[in-house]
Amino acid sequence: MQFIPNSPLKKTMLNELKLHDINDLFSDIPQEIKIDNLRLQPGRHQQEVEGHMRTIAKQNKSFCEMPSFIGGGFKPHYIPSAVKSIISRSEFYTAYTPYQPETSQGFLQAIFEYQSIIAELTGMDISNASLYDGATALGEAGLMCTRITKKKTFVIPENISWEKKSIITNYTKGAGITVKQVAYDAKTGTINLEELKKTIDDDTAGFYLENPNFFGVFEDEVEEIHSILQKNQSLFVVGIDPISLGICKSPGEYGADIVIGEGKSLGNPLDFGGSTLGIFACKNEFLRQIPGRIIGMTKDHLGKRAFCMTMQTREQHIRREKATSNICTNEGLCMLAAATYLAWLGGKGLHELSTRNFEQAQKLRKKIIEIPGFSTVFSGVHFNEFVLRCPDAVKVHHHLLQQGMQGGLLLEQWYPKLKNCMLFGLTEVHTDESIERLVSLLKEVD
Amino acid sequence: MYHSAIWDEPLLNELEENKKEKYVLKTVLPDALQRKRLIDIPHLDETQVIRHFFHLSQMNYGIESGIYPLGSCTMKYNPKICEEISHWEGFAMLHPYQDETTAQGTLRIMYELEQMLCEITGMDHFSLQPAAGAQGEFTGLLITRAYHEYNKDFNRDEVILPDTSHGTNPASAAMAGYNVIEIPSTKEGTVDIEMLKKVLSDKTACFMLTNPNTLGIFESEITEIARLVHKAGALLYYDGANMNAIMGKARPGDMGFDIVHLNLHKTFSTPHGGGGPGSGPVGVKKNLERFLPIPRIVKKQNTYSFNYAYSDSIGKIKATYGNVSVILKAYIYILLMGGDGLKETSEIAVLNANYMKKKLIDSNLYQLPYGTLRKHEFVISCEHLRSTKGIRAVDVAKRLLDYGLHPPTVYFPLIVKEALMIEPTESESKKTLDVYIDTLLRIAQEDPSLVKDAPHNTVVQRIDEIGAVKNPILTWNQLEKTKEQAT
Repeated sequence: MQFIPNSPLKKTMLNELKLHDINDLFSDIPQEIKIDNLRLQPGRHQQEVEGHMRTIAKQNKSFCEMPSFIGGGFKPHYIPSAVKSIISRSEFYTAYTPYQPETSQGFLQAIFEYQSIIAELTGMDISNASLYDGATALGEAGLMCTRITKKKTFVIPENISWEKKSIITNYTKGAGITVKQVAYDAKTGTINLEELKKTIDDDTAGFYLENPNFFGVFEDEVEEIHSILQKNQSLFVVGIDPISLGICKSPGEYGADIVIGEGKSLGNPLDFGGSTLGIFACKNEFLRQIPGRIIGMTKDHLGKRAFCMTMQTREQHIRREKATSNICTNEGLCMLAAATYLAWLGGKGLHELSTRNFEQAQKLRKKIIEIPGFSTVFSGVHFNEFVLRCPDAVKVHHHLLQQGMQGGLLLEQWYPKLKNCMLFGLTEVHTDESIERLVSLLKEVD
Repeated sequence: MYHSAIWDEPLLNELEENKKEKYVLKTVLPDALQRKRLIDIPHLDETQVIRHFFHLSQMNYGIESGIYPLGSCTMKYNPKICEEISHWEGFAMLHPYQDETTAQGTLRIMYELEQMLCEITGMDHFSLQPAAGAQGEFTGLLITRAYHEYNKDFNRDEVILPDTSHGTNPASAAMAGYNVIEIPSTKEGTVDIEMLKKVLSDKTACFMLTNPNTLGIFESEITEIARLVHKAGALLYYDGANMNAIMGKARPGDMGFDIVHLNLHKTFSTPHGGGGPGSGPVGVKKNLERFLPIPRIVKKQNTYSFNYAYSDSIGKIKATYGNVSVILKAYIYILLMGGDGLKETSEIAVLNANYMKKKLIDSNLYQLPYGTLRKHEFVISCEHLRSTKGIRAVDVAKRLLDYGLHPPTVYFPLIVKEALMIEPTESESKKTLDVYIDTLLRIAQEDPSLVKDAPHNTVVQRIDEIGAVKNPILTWNQLEKTKEQAT
């Protein structure tokens, strides 16, 4: 065996235990449920497995072979080698959750720095050490709003992904929370304020606003939304794309109480959608209600600066069924990638990257709507994703695919009103050549 | 012996005089949204960033540093080949929403991994969507609710679990809206069947159990437990955190469990990443398949696709399809090990645990509550050390750090006083086990003051965790504020 050093010592060790057969160690398993073998293939040599994986990898078409312009919250970004190098340090990636702080100071300090950067980025006071992803962070935010306000309705906008809608329902149903939806304005693509006013009332624990929203459009009436919520003593939860915060105000500046988001874009590869990174930040007054781990700075008994997990009485390993969340394992390494990535970029670098993403999408959108048959759907200002109506979206999709390119996300299956609409997304990694190629292929579709 | 580097590493924002150049933000957005102030993340050179995080890495213990015997955590070696392949462009640069005809390789891996996990656990269907063990539990409990509601059985609002259960079990049950009923264990450290009979009723939704349990003891009455639970109309849930004990030996599906979650980041060797990403697939018996999260992966004539058409499904539990990079590594690991290798894994994991346990209790310095045979982990008590020398479990743990060894899990399960919960896994050599045993024995005989003040040789010495709670400093901005208040 390749990873079991004591295999050859089985007999010696059994002798020391005064046993004869390895099966003696399993005598407590009743005979009727014992099995002899697993019906799996026998173990294979590493070299053979590598060859097998190469064959399988060829059955995928990666971004490098097939440029894609899909939106929907996940997009490729450039990952600096520096980030890859740091998260490949096995002291980091093979460590457990830092239960023993004296021997985990490195990771703990990195988490403290991540929390600091996320707080700065979102305009919040504090951040946790990550949740599973942006969608489950929304679920946790919904629960937290009810814990704080004791009210049992949570309101979400219609213009978020169907996945998030399903997840928030699953997360909040156990607590007896009702989830209500507010329609978007068909013209701008942003939340319909009149509808919002009608929906938010005294019973509303919180409202979730995604900015930019699922259609890529920036929600610009944030001040008005904030004041509607304040009047009803409802909490303001804002979902962000961290890259957009290089140009966009932080939600803290417009009154958010809790900020969540998908942080995968910060130094983590696409990986077919996972592993992900759930960002969760909030105001300091809600510290005791926050889900997940938090790292604090303290001192050792000689007075030296030190870091440790803190406020643990919120957590499942101490509080069991009274914990603020069941989360234990979070997304540590993705969080480390995000911290390294943002340190590598710096504030200025993030602003420039964000601007570039914005401009790329403006450029592409302009080029596509010049093609006869393609038109704008929403008038709102968009970030690096946008919705366009095509003559025949399915036809466009298949034509591009045949030509080795992936177009926008087909929206009709989730939003029946958006017939023939595609959600395009692009970032700093999309080259001028691939943009030109997309445009010329779109022109070919009749 | 392991000695960590000791750096006085400043925070990122203390590394340099912050180069606050005058920088004019480009205005691109409407005024209501335009950022006007540059984000205060320091501007560092790549050389500085690398050196900073490199220094931090040198002050962190990983499985490649040495033995990491945290009980119920299965800290085993993470094969390099799994790591390398997961970074290949053909896997890493795949968009979750790209046309499924262009992602056949990854879909195949996911489909085949589901089949493999079915064989390993004796279940009929799996979903790879949950991001970690606790999320697997939550998913299993949502499936439990969906099942009872499907049967028009709306009365079941209780989840029963033993007092040895992992903290996530009651937390997940509460999050799913259930009342938690905890039953005490017997003198043998196993499920109290008489007690179980008393609390099972038409209000019971499910019984959650780890087998072997967190004391490392196999629940030999499991088929009787399953019979009782099913007779009451409830489901039996398997927490797979301890699956490393029984692969190729017994399967939860054959024991009568209806729902199972596994931790790919434990049993199937994917790295813990300092606390994730993990993966907590959920397996069910045939009659529960309709409730699994969507999409499901289906195979027709060698073509794989996502199927969303399951009207009774609980829906989504996590965005996309799961932590695919973790799933990929577990798949490679199972190919490497094969059925024979997985069986050998469990055999040696159990052998290693029993070997350590015997040497430690033969010394009479530590006590083993409950019967003697253990599976892959065991719990010893420092109660005798505490009453005679004032040395507590936490002191032993901290003193182990001085010898360059990672401590076991402490103070869990809660029913053992001054508990040390040790899981060596199959990855450790006999020599390493012997060193660990000898060190534990040596510590028990050391001058108590040396042990109670430990650690002495680490980056920092014993940490003021109470101070961290009393005066929370959670960001560098809060640190600045604390400094201002002090002056």
